[in-house]
Amino acid sequence: MKKEWPLWEVFVRSKNGLEHRHFGSLHAADAEMALENARDVYTRRNEGVSIWVVESSHITASNPEHNGEMFEPAQDKVYRHPTFYDLPDEIKHM
Amino acid sequence: MSEAQIKSLEEEFEARIERDEKIEPKDWMPEKYRKTHIRQMSQHAHSEIVGMLPEGNWISRAPSLRRKVALLAKVQDEGGHGLYLYSATETLGITRDELFEQLHTGKAKYSSIFNYPALTWADIGAIGWLVDGAAIINQVALCGTSFGPYARAMVRICKEESFHQRQGYEITLKLAQGAPEQKAMAQDALNRFWWPSLMMFGPADDESPNTEQSMKWKLKRKTNDELRQQFVDQTVPQAELIGLTIPDPDLKWNQEKQGYDFGAIDWDEFWQVVKGHGPCNKERMKARVEAWENGEWVRDAAIAHAEKQQNKKFNKAG
Repeated sequence: MKKEWPLWEVFVRSKNGLEHRHFGSLHAADAEMALENARDVYTRRNEGVSIWVVESSHITASNPEHNGEMFEPAQDKVYRHPTFYDLPDEIKHM
Repeated sequence: MSEAQIKSLEEEFEARIERDEKIEPKDWMPEKYRKTHIRQMSQHAHSEIVGMLPEGNWISRAPSLRRKVALLAKVQDEGGHGLYLYSATETLGITRDELFEQLHTGKAKYSSIFNYPALTWADIGAIGWLVDGAAIINQVALCGTSFGPYARAMVRICKEESFHQRQGYEITLKLAQGAPEQKAMAQDALNRFWWPSLMMFGPADDESPNTEQSMKWKLKRKTNDELRQQFVDQTVPQAELIGLTIPDPDLKWNQEKQGYDFGAIDWDEFWQVVKGHGPCNKERMKARVEAWENGEWVRDAAIAHAEKQQNKKFNKAG
């Protein structure tokens, strides 16, 4: 029975008020072990107050080769930015 | 894909690196880039975990509780650093088991320095001061490397590692200030670790055929000889300050280059150790393979337990 422990992605919230951020990955037999290992590996110096682990195989990622059709449509929509609008210089607080 | 298409992809790829863009795992990359990175990153990971062995030996014999907790923390860090690097390597499409297999069969290398024994407590000082010092110089240069997961692992490792060198220097400093026997121990450790530390930067530039390619991919930001010079220049004053002598009769300040000239490195010794004939190569691999094989039942049991729990959950839900 030769089986590798699955890979897990580790997300850590460094302090309340901040979002969980991807810290890295590790192998573990189950979620509980993944959490314990993440504690030992990624928070040895008080780096976090909360940890999420998720099995890597559950993540669906976009394909960078399709970045064109995926992200370019946003590029020509300058009107989504405040600087697109011409206002007189005298206007303040807007 | 046609040859012309690959060529244009390669050109675009090199241009991205030139522009300081990072390469991420799912991006297209030349096969040689992938292979070179698997080789270098796994070698780096292996060095971290093999590096735990000479030091681990001294944890139970540390001279005080203060020294013991520091050494424990350092060795634990090294296990963690190995893990960061293995995970980063796995993003290139190779499994952890395959990486271990390469280490255990001798197909993959690790830093030669760990094939030297840690004979006395003073060696733990020398390892932290010199070996970690040399490693940090190499690693700081790699924080800006082109492969994203490698660069991120390096940033975290560098942040954590500066205490390693400081604790080593503190050990050496205390011994150098101690009884004559203690000072002699510190000097002896420096004598034995000095030259192997210089070898950690790899062969001289004119003997290092991959340097040009590695510079392009930012796997190297400076050449081996430049980094070695930097190490000598920063370490000599540290030895002088605590009254220890660098074991090199040719060492001399060179006003013109604003750096030290130093004696010739025994490259025969370097290649002997790389090829497996160092003082501890066999011992290190034996310890690694035994740990891996003796741990197999634990890995299997954990998987079996996880599957059992999973089934229980399904049955309840059903």
